[in-house]
Amino acid sequence: MATQSCADVKPSTTTVRPDLKLLDLSLTERIVAEAFELLINPGVKVATPRAIELLAGAGTRVENGIAHIPESLARCALESVPREFFLYDRAGAAVVHYGGEKVHFDPGSSCLNILDPDTLQPRPAQSGDLVRLVQLTEMLPQFAAQSTAFVCNDVPQEIGDFYRLFLVLLYANKPVITGAFSAQTLQAMLDLLAADAGGGEALKRRPRAVFDVCPSPPLNWSEFAAENLLQLGRAGVPAQMVSMPLAGATAPVTLAGSVVQHAAECISGITIHQLASPGAPIVWGGAPAIFDMSAGCAPMGAIETAMLNVACTQVGKYFGLPTHGYLVVTDSKLVDAQAGIESGISAVLGALAGINMISGAGMLDSLACHSLEKLVIDAEAISYAQSLVRGVQTGQETLAASAFAQIGLSGEFLRLKETRALFRSEQYFPSSVIQRGSEARADGQPLCDTFSRARTRVQEVLTSYQRPAMSLEREKSLLEIARREGARVGLQHLPGV
Amino acid sequence: MGCVHEETFRAMRQSIIDGAPEAAATLAQKSFVLGIAPLEAIDQGFVPGMNDVGEQFTLRTVFLPDMMAAAEAMKAAMNVLEPVLKQQGTERPCAGKVILGTAKGDIHEIGKTLVGTLLTAHGFQVHDLGVDVPSEHFAAAAADLAADIVGVSALLTTTMRGQKAVVEAIEHAGLRPRVKVIVGGAPVTRRWAEEIRADGYAKDAMRAVALVQGLMGSHSDTIRVS
Repeated sequence: MATQSCADVKPSTTTVRPDLKLLDLSLTERIVAEAFELLINPGVKVATPRAIELLAGAGTRVENGIAHIPESLARCALESVPREFFLYDRAGAAVVHYGGEKVHFDPGSSCLNILDPDTLQPRPAQSGDLVRLVQLTEMLPQFAAQSTAFVCNDVPQEIGDFYRLFLVLLYANKPVITGAFSAQTLQAMLDLLAADAGGGEALKRRPRAVFDVCPSPPLNWSEFAAENLLQLGRAGVPAQMVSMPLAGATAPVTLAGSVVQHAAECISGITIHQLASPGAPIVWGGAPAIFDMSAGCAPMGAIETAMLNVACTQVGKYFGLPTHGYLVVTDSKLVDAQAGIESGISAVLGALAGINMISGAGMLDSLACHSLEKLVIDAEAISYAQSLVRGVQTGQETLAASAFAQIGLSGEFLRLKETRALFRSEQYFPSSVIQRGSEARADGQPLCDTFSRARTRVQEVLTSYQRPAMSLEREKSLLEIARREGARVGLQHLPGV
Repeated sequence: MGCVHEETFRAMRQSIIDGAPEAAATLAQKSFVLGIAPLEAIDQGFVPGMNDVGEQFTLRTVFLPDMMAAAEAMKAAMNVLEPVLKQQGTERPCAGKVILGTAKGDIHEIGKTLVGTLLTAHGFQVHDLGVDVPSEHFAAAAADLAADIVGVSALLTTTMRGQKAVVEAIEHAGLRPRVKVIVGGAPVTRRWAEEIRADGYAKDAMRAVALVQGLMGSHSDTIRVS
């Protein structure tokens, strides 16, 4: 047998993007086939007359508010969804790319409580808490987008959704993952975004926000949710479906069964959305979870919950659609080892699965509580995950031979120009949240844990925050809309401003 | 005074920060043409660059390969300047004589070599005894070379004891307290250094330079470089 010398081996310069798949093609097709079956039987509850009209007009049989959507119609809608779209920051840069294998992260959304780092107890979040979380997120490069993370308790409920978006726009430059709680506030939020973008057309051209829209499991598009889809489609602002099957409680107990339900909910949402506004951007997303049969809750940090997110994403990718999931969260009540395990593992799995937008970082207690300290720790886990999916780089002409040619067996790699030129792209340099080396131990100082280091880091990052530039005119229009909405519900001043 | 050459000093400093040996050597050559005394070039041009890099390293904005490159640039400048210093009979004052080595049974040398490189760049005369060095060799070298400082590195908890042996060997040789013993290495702590009665401990190479400079500062007959 002929031997092959190194010189004969063609240098490979392909970087493998590691990925994770839980479904093979035949299982994916089985899931899709069953999802189409569910759309016919039992069908989907749709509570909005306008959506029902659209469905019926396109040949859907509707009886007692239940739409039996034919596969051909659904497939047609799936065809017209854009395969990719971008979210833009205020400066007009396309910083979030929904589509393909692109992976981005944003903090968890709509939380009511924040963990007080002094008392280690959750307390109701205020506007100031949201402002600080926004400032932190703005400064952490791991987050491509902001989220409207808190529902602020010092703001009247009627405009809670609107007001959090207002604060994010005021303090951030990054795109925003948000969502509305009512049809009226959705319009005010769209007004706000249009003012921020310089008009409705500009907003359509360069959307800065995506709106979460949640079907109710199983297979139910409430009046508000379906109306939301229609309104967003009209405005040309991207919608992101957050389908939430709870395996064993509001969805079949098997992971595969819940993935089928998730697919059916997403496909029905897409059908309504595309019938109203063909070609408008929409995301195949969700926050699927298992149901814990002992605690009677939705364990967002469970491994099976992460597996559901991965599998649901795979089905979305089967159709070539932009995807979203809910990971990097924990069920622990404190920022502890469990939080690290659940958030870190799920960040890695989500990145490997190529989920375009992974929401959830910073959240504790099955989404009931947010923590600034957890957010800076999660940012490190996200960096680890991002490094992993960048894979093994092979840009050099030789992998090791040229280094050895220069230094022989002296072991002086630290001195090599190549080392200096490449170490920054080969390695991730964690923040002070991650402890390495022997500094703390060696200096005889009391050792501090991740949470203590995260507390220090939060303060450091907040100190370095600078409010992104915004034209006075834009700021004035944002404030005007906020005052108008505030006055409607008797808000005397604007908290957090 | 000095302002005339400020631009050149700034460039010298930058060549060290950039880790650019060619630029550093060229600037060293240029100093002759400009009539800058070699010692002035070292103290006002190149050494401040080393100090800058050291500070940045402590702040984690500069990393080990950058520091190695800075030391290489320093070496390149010194290679040009030293022969002239010798000719003029105004050799760079030696900041101190340091003996380095890795403890008996231990063959790790990256940390120790790095300390040596940085000490050299800061004007110390460094004699590296290499790895797996018996304690009596440290003592003999300290006596032969009239060393000021002996640095012992250990990466393993099992070879840390070798550092204690060096302290004892230096003591038996009657060299203490004139010769100071300093220790370092991943498992080494300040407490360990105190326990074995070493004169100093540093957690990384840059702090080792500061430590040695501090220890030399207590010697009335030596000159501190920075």
